[in-house]
Amino acid sequence: MNDNTKSKETILSFEKLKQDILRPMQNHKGLELWIVFLVTVIAVCTWAYYVQLRDGLGVTGMRDYVSWGLYIANFVFFVAVSLVGMLISSILGLLKVDWITPISRIAEIIAVAFVAVAGLVIILDMGRPDRVVNVLIHGRFQSPILWDVTVITTYLVISTLLLILPMIPDLAICKKEMKNASPILKKVYNILSFGYTNTPEQHKHLHKMIRTLMVLIVPVGLAIHTVTSWLFAATLRNGWDTTIFGPYFVAGAFVAGSAALVVAMYFFRVNYKLQDYITDLHFDKMGKLMVAVCLVYLYFNVNEFLVPGYKMKSGDSVHLKELFFGSWAIMFWSSQLFGNILPIILMVNKRFRKPMPIMIISLFVIASAWFKRYVIVIPTMLHPHLPVQNVPDHFKHYFPSSIEISVTVLSFALALLIITVLAKIFPVVPICEIADQKGIDYKIEE
Amino acid sequence: MTQKTSDKGRRNFLKSFGVTVGAAGVVSSFSLLGAAKAAAQEPEEMVNLLTADGQLVQVDKNQLRPTVNEPLNELQRRGREGIAGKSFVMVIDLSKCRNARKCMAACQNHHQLRPEQHHINVLQMQDSDHTAPYFMPKPCQHCDNPPCTKVCPVDATFKRQDGIVLIDNERCIGCRFCIAACPYSARIFQWTEPKDAEKYKDLTYNIEANVPQKKGTVSKCLFSADRLREDKLPSCVSACPNGVYYFGDRNEDAVTNGTSGETVRFSKLIEDNAGYTLMEELGTKPRVYYLPPKNRAFEFNGDLLNEENLH
Repeated sequence: MNDNTKSKETILSFEKLKQDILRPMQNHKGLELWIVFLVTVIAVCTWAYYVQLRDGLGVTGMRDYVSWGLYIANFVFFVAVSLVGMLISSILGLLKVDWITPISRIAEIIAVAFVAVAGLVIILDMGRPDRVVNVLIHGRFQSPILWDVTVITTYLVISTLLLILPMIPDLAICKKEMKNASPILKKVYNILSFGYTNTPEQHKHLHKMIRTLMVLIVPVGLAIHTVTSWLFAATLRNGWDTTIFGPYFVAGAFVAGSAALVVAMYFFRVNYKLQDYITDLHFDKMGKLMVAVCLVYLYFNVNEFLVPGYKMKSGDSVHLKELFFGSWAIMFWSSQLFGNILPIILMVNKRFRKPMPIMIISLFVIASAWFKRYVIVIPTMLHPHLPVQNVPDHFKHYFPSSIEISVTVLSFALALLIITVLAKIFPVVPICEIADQKGIDYKIEE
Repeated sequence: MTQKTSDKGRRNFLKSFGVTVGAAGVVSSFSLLGAAKAAAQEPEEMVNLLTADGQLVQVDKNQLRPTVNEPLNELQRRGREGIAGKSFVMVIDLSKCRNARKCMAACQNHHQLRPEQHHINVLQMQDSDHTAPYFMPKPCQHCDNPPCTKVCPVDATFKRQDGIVLIDNERCIGCRFCIAACPYSARIFQWTEPKDAEKYKDLTYNIEANVPQKKGTVSKCLFSADRLREDKLPSCVSACPNGVYYFGDRNEDAVTNGTSGETVRFSKLIEDNAGYTLMEELGTKPRVYYLPPKNRAFEFNGDLLNEENLH
């Protein structure tokens, strides 16, 4: 298998590379159908949000005790997944790990889509979205929400730049090659290629800029998920009142983000026929990376639950018993098992790092990561310091309403739509970077 | 029972009388309102009012609110600054609370709350397995180190110079971070159109009364800031039939019992009765003090659920 790939690589010409990557962008019927499907889902779910706007958040399952529910859990999940951009293209990129080249753009696309939708999800959760400008007019920097707004917008901007800047040479190629593209798209290529012709000077400047951004995004990336964890850790509630929430969330984000990347890699490899570029080797490496980040996350989980579980302070004990043995036990233990422990055990084994098995494992990891956020947010709200009394029974439980579920589906459809559209108009695998890496000569004409 | 019949009589009288004085009723409603404010604790008294479209209607006296003429920005400034020189505190004597829940009713009436919405909630407490149960009225603790105002992203909830923590529902964005931050579960949210929002929608918003209430915003105990402005005790304090509540000014070191009207030294009351604050280990520094449920003012056999022991 290895020999086979090698022989293919040696005969790879720039022409073939270009055609392989640009072909699926020009002609892909399935993709258009998928876009129509997503737009339909978004339209239907937008109606659910309209109902929520009209009638108030009372249409959700949230009430005075569980006042943060599905939306906030989903928000944390979206922020978590978006962190993969920083992990792959910046941390590994700065460490000069070279196998990431073909998958770094997919990582960046996921980052942009998920962080953009995360910002939207938080607005969907607001009681008065019509007053969102108050955050700018009356913003108080003492509030972690202000920090979150600041770092999330910064992360979105830097991630977008990290998507576009490395793509400039590829877009210059698109401008020339994509003859059938719509006039608007041609204009986009024209503008975003910035007249790049790959002169040594341009090349130098571009790489300097990219490198600067790669350094900048590391603290910002750490900050978005740390600050998101502080939305919880800054309170006095049992289960949230802990000092390791920052690194615990960041570690969890790397797990969720890597899994999302693996699924996207698999999808593009199969549907865009990119087997020559997103190879078995990439899945194998991603599998090893996932084992590493899962181990770190497992370590934080042990700390987060074993230490308070050992002491069983009165407030914590109600909460922890519900998680370990009570009504949350199935969700808690399955998210630990399928999102962490089993993936580690399976993926240390080479067989499970092949594309298909690792993709299936990643789907489980994503689902577990989502439910893990649910377990982090909701049970704590159900276990306040003082007893919950003199309220109707449905205040004492939480189950998301169909409106809430629809609005959450809306967020997923929106993220997938952004990814799909970006992958439709931009080359998902960097053409020029691969050529650079493999020492293939190419010219970009004016 | 007797109360009901007399009420009916009064109502009939008002009905026949009302038609003739309907127009005059509107003019004299200002004095009626004054009376209504003074007698907020008396339920079920009705007054006749003429509506704008010429209909004569009956309104619960307790529901009457004075028309506020001040412009919004003046009300906002006043509501945010608070009353100069005051430092309001509440003392709750747990030995006297027998779950009459008159405080809850008066509060829900004053602040237009639905039955499931509590600015003050009487909780049935038991600290551990073998300790005696007791009833604990729980309003907002108006903490001096409030976790809720810290986290507000838009300064919609704030602490005033007189110690009261209030919410500006003209500004609140409904993020509910303050609800998550409050360890006393003191805050509620307007999940749907609030009660009587339609009725009061034309009133200028007043922070101290939180009228009219706004959908999609957070609400909580205000220490009846609008009544304090008029030198009256909070609704819950005045409504208690059992002498549970003391309310007053820490600067003056004086608190007044809402039932007996007796004024005592705040520091001495706390000192003599081993007063404490709720979950002081959290460092929130509450302004609501509790006196332990010792030597109860009613027969107590350890069984709180048996109503006969209480009323």
